[in-house]
Amino acid sequence: MDVLGEAARWLNDPLNWTGPSGVLALTWAHVWISVLAVALAALLALPLGLWLGRRGKGARLAVVVANTTRALPTLALLTLLAASGLFGATATVLACAVFALPPLLSGAIDGLEGVDAGAVDAATGMGMSRWHRLWAVELPLAVPVIGAGVRTAAVQVVATVPLAALVGGRSLGTIIVSGFGTLHYGQVVAGGALVAGLCLLVEGVLALGQRAATPTGLRALARTPDR
Amino acid sequence: MADAPPNPWLSAAYLRDNAGDVAAALGQHVGLTVEAVVIASAIALPLGMLAHRRPRLAGPLLSTAGVLYTIPSLALFAVLAPYTGIGRVTVLIGLVLYALLLLVRGVLVGLAGVDPAVRDAARGMGYSPGAMLWRVELPLALPTMVSALRLATVSTVALTTVGVVVGAGGLGQLLFRGFRSNYHAEIMTATLLCLALALVADLLLAVVGRLSTPWQVR
Repeated sequence: MDVLGEAARWLNDPLNWTGPSGVLALTWAHVWISVLAVALAALLALPLGLWLGRRGKGARLAVVVANTTRALPTLALLTLLAASGLFGATATVLACAVFALPPLLSGAIDGLEGVDAGAVDAATGMGMSRWHRLWAVELPLAVPVIGAGVRTAAVQVVATVPLAALVGGRSLGTIIVSGFGTLHYGQVVAGGALVAGLCLLVEGVLALGQRAATPTGLRALARTPDR
Repeated sequence: MADAPPNPWLSAAYLRDNAGDVAAALGQHVGLTVEAVVIASAIALPLGMLAHRRPRLAGPLLSTAGVLYTIPSLALFAVLAPYTGIGRVTVLIGLVLYALLLLVRGVLVGLAGVDPAVRDAARGMGYSPGAMLWRVELPLALPTMVSALRLATVSTVALTTVGVVVGAGGLGQLLFRGFRSNYHAEIMTATLLCLALALVADLLLAVVGRLSTPWQVR
């Protein structure tokens, strides 16, 4: 059984790339769902995390609560939503957003708590208001930790979206599931490779984005071997 | 549609009539989780210790594990299936690979976090590197390793459900069958059992962790 050869042949067939169920259309759907899921989770988790991180109190509890959602299988959440009548892209976005919450929340909280207290004091001493301080000092200094949370969340979501194909959601997972259904293992392997490739691509792009968002001073600090 | 049969989310009758079925799925789920975590720990502990002794290995080891972790579970099971067949073994290999990253990282971080002064004292008392690892560094790294073990176990419980694509997903089988036949009680029962299983496992490991580190001040 030459599965790898079959996979290469599948990927080489232009007909598999175009059309409404082609690789290009499915990749687009996959990316779109992932972006919406991460954005929805970030909209909830980042403000909450920043607020909790500044207060200090209740932050640990929030992280524990968010972590227990890890025990809820995404597949269970997807089937629950599907069985309640919520099919397709909406259900996928909701289920994956829940999945993305823990890394985003703990990234925001840990990032803000890790900011050098001296820098915050200095900002206050310079007469910055609370919001100005948050925006101009604390957030930029927390970028590396928050960024790590966003990257983890995004890669996890991109890797989880394919599960939605089991309950009818359209994504690159559709290729895997339909390959399974028709016993075309080459197609299954091709689909798996496409998703893994997309994950690595997302990780790479976000790493570059994080580098761009990190203040120059922190970047120089990270390059110094012995801090 | 007016007189559709009732389709409750929670049903004692479902549980009573399908007790054997549910127990079999739960048994498979528990078996897969325990086996995967035990095998992954057996690989991760020596691997982590080796990487700790030879720091040059640590970077490549962690990045390889990190890349493995980005492969989606559905795709991994799918890619393995043609080689290892449809069924339990494929799921087990996938689960071990995912647990491995979390565990190796836990061992490495735990060992690296040992107070250098303690290490110095042990060396001064004449411990050989091997004895120091076994009797000083590993015990001190236990709390970190136990939290990694808890995280790995909880994720494995959740991940096992995806094994449904190769026909061995434990409670995932019930989830998917319930979805196919729109049987609410089956889906809800499987979901609740998954959650309960994860919480029980987490609690058990937390207690074991406490008992194995009696010297810790709380």
